[in-house]
Amino acid sequence: MELLSGGDILIRALKDAGVKDVWGYPGGAALHIYDALYRQDDVFHILVRHEQAAVHAADGFSRATGEVGTALVTSGPGATNAITGIATAYMDSIPMVVISGQVPLTKIGQDAFQETDMVGVSRPIVKHSFLVTRAEDIAETIAKAYYIASTGRPGPVVVDIPKDVTDPSYKVPYHWPAETTMRSYQPTDKGHRGQIKRAVKTLIKAKRPVIYTGGGIVIDNAAPHLIALAQKLNFPVTNTLMGLGGYPGTDRQYLGMLGMHGTYEANTAMHHADVIFAVGARFDDRVTNDLEKFCPHATIIHIDVDPTTVSKNIEAHIPIVGTCTSVLTEMLTIADQLDIESDAEALGEWWQQIDQWRADKGIYTQPRYEPSEGTLIKPQDVIKMLYKITNGEAIVTSDVGQHQMFAAQYYLFDEPRMWINSGGLGTMGFGLPAAMGCKRAFPEKDVACVTGEGSIQMCIQELSTCTQHNLPVKIINLNNAALGMVRQWQDMNYSSRYSESVYEDSLPDFVKLAEAYGHVGMKVTHIDELEEKMRECFAMQDRTVFMDICVDRSEHVYPMQMPGGSMRDLWLNKTERT
Amino acid sequence: MKRIISILLENESGALSRVVGLFSQRGYNIDTLTVAPTDDDTLSRLTLTTQGDDQMAEQIVKQLHKLIDTIKVVDLTVGSHIERELMLVKIKAADHDIRAELKSCVDIFRGAIVDVTPHSYTVQLAGDSEKLDAFIEAVCEIGIMEVVRSGVSGISRGDKFLRV
Ligand SMILES: Cc1ncc(C[n+]2csc(CCOP(=O)(O)OP(=O)(O)O)c2C)c(N)n1
Ligand SMILES: [Mg+2]
Repeated sequence: MELLSGGDILIRALKDAGVKDVWGYPGGAALHIYDALYRQDDVFHILVRHEQAAVHAADGFSRATGEVGTALVTSGPGATNAITGIATAYMDSIPMVVISGQVPLTKIGQDAFQETDMVGVSRPIVKHSFLVTRAEDIAETIAKAYYIASTGRPGPVVVDIPKDVTDPSYKVPYHWPAETTMRSYQPTDKGHRGQIKRAVKTLIKAKRPVIYTGGGIVIDNAAPHLIALAQKLNFPVTNTLMGLGGYPGTDRQYLGMLGMHGTYEANTAMHHADVIFAVGARFDDRVTNDLEKFCPHATIIHIDVDPTTVSKNIEAHIPIVGTCTSVLTEMLTIADQLDIESDAEALGEWWQQIDQWRADKGIYTQPRYEPSEGTLIKPQDVIKMLYKITNGEAIVTSDVGQHQMFAAQYYLFDEPRMWINSGGLGTMGFGLPAAMGCKRAFPEKDVACVTGEGSIQMCIQELSTCTQHNLPVKIINLNNAALGMVRQWQDMNYSSRYSESVYEDSLPDFVKLAEAYGHVGMKVTHIDELEEKMRECFAMQDRTVFMDICVDRSEHVYPMQMPGGSMRDLWLNKTERT
Repeated sequence: MKRIISILLENESGALSRVVGLFSQRGYNIDTLTVAPTDDDTLSRLTLTTQGDDQMAEQIVKQLHKLIDTIKVVDLTVGSHIERELMLVKIKAADHDIRAELKSCVDIFRGAIVDVTPHSYTVQLAGDSEKLDAFIEAVCEIGIMEVVRSGVSGISRGDKFLRV
């Protein structure tokens, strides 16, 4: 049998786990691993400029493809820099393996140079973690890490490897396990049949149903099943911020996003619904508003693969634990078998009501914001232009703030895995590295990072990674010269006292900055030049382009739920409320 | 309501800290915690007690189950069960009358005096937590020097068992 060192075993195991790309950054405790990387051609390493970005890029890659992302960092500061990325992936249930170097076993606990208890520090934000103590255990641990990360409710797994475990002079036989099973970890797949049947019967009898779906549909590749069921039943569908694209954004049955910045029609329909069918969603506080006032008339059916999610915030009347795909498939079969008709008359009335809401106050029937005055560019119009120029076919990543909400509202995603954003943690700095991960996965697709001048500066150094690794992403910077979302809250709740949400004259010249990294920079200040410049931007297929677009800084994101209210209590613009 | 939760855990490094971390992370309290290997040395048996209504207990059990290292989790309080806790108490006992009083008290509670000095008795007592509380109540006037409680261990009544 072939004898390999721990470092070589790790790389071989990654290859056997199906890993092609590793995003990372070297350092002392990881040097044996980096040397092993150097001596092979199976696993490709992409050098980032900050470990947070390595994790976000692996995360973006994973969200775009559904595969497990992989990041590699050194001990101490390398590991702690990765933490924000890991927490981001954890909150959004993204499958990922983060390998961290660690000081040698003989030094652990001695406050050695660059020693951080990575397993301890990351504990609350990982699905699981391992400290590998023998070269002999590396392959099996890697197999388990990928298995755990990608099954059940996915999530990040940390594998911490002390330097002496990858010592090149200590060689052991390599063995990749044919199959991974763990007695303590057996994720549920199929839901309870009786419950599923009850759910179908409840759905068929519904008079004012809403299907409310989240990231689970995207993660589990369940969109085709959702579409089939929703269309068979002729039920309205709303998606969470994490679920956008899970149901086609341009379809008639789609009500738009729900929640804090959801549409009037989606939030109002939820409030009046008699049956809410939640699939792969978690009744997050950014959706429900005040739990006490949440959907007072509704029978709740809740499907989720994670039992702790069901009945955590809102008690489910019909709880079903299972994967979205397996449960929806079974529901379709049962619906076909049961010889019951849905209530066409009630549904007809319900749709009439919904269409009325759409016509009255929906953001898609007509613009609900003041049209651009003079030459000023409205941020919403930038997203609409982006949609037009990319034919709605781009992968759009975003950062966090007003620009994120405008992108979520106005770019209509017809497919899953096209909208890539940090929903749960809300991590500014996510957008650019995530875009790199997406571009690496789909070099032939347009990848646009919708960002703000605040967020982009949190990982701006990655422009250098784009140069080195030829990742021609398009940065659409909605520059309102302010931490816009903070400013909006200050307008609404603090009498416009802009505490630390403006930068005075300190913003960089983004055009020159992009050029300094070898990219194309463009500045757009005039509404009339937006279309032409953006076309120019996307025509440069093999260039990273930074579009710095000056937008109206007074614009707020609406609708917006009123704190302490029910789902339908909304501000529709600065003066009008429901 | 008091809950006694029993967990079979992989005897792996870090496993216990994940259980404990879960409680602080989710804002649950741990009142007592005991952990030791079992006849199968790849497993640890952990018993913890906490307070909570049915819904909270269900969440706790589900959250514990979600940890990768947990193999089985049960809320013993749902069925009939046996609860035991061990206590060692060092009590001031310099004077003859007090020694006699203590001795009879220990007998009533079916405890044992396991160490004696001219100034103190050390008493060992096992039982459910209420019994141990009652003993402390009974002797607190005399002068307790030190109390050590093991925390609750529990097992279900009848033929049901928790095993891999
Ligand atoms: C790392 C991090 N720090 C702070 C916040 C809080 N925060 C949310 S939105 C926002 C402002 C974002 O500004 P910008 O990127 O310019 O976007 P805009 O809202 O102006 O579109 C801030 C500071 C956050 N989400 N993430
Ligand atoms: Mg801004």
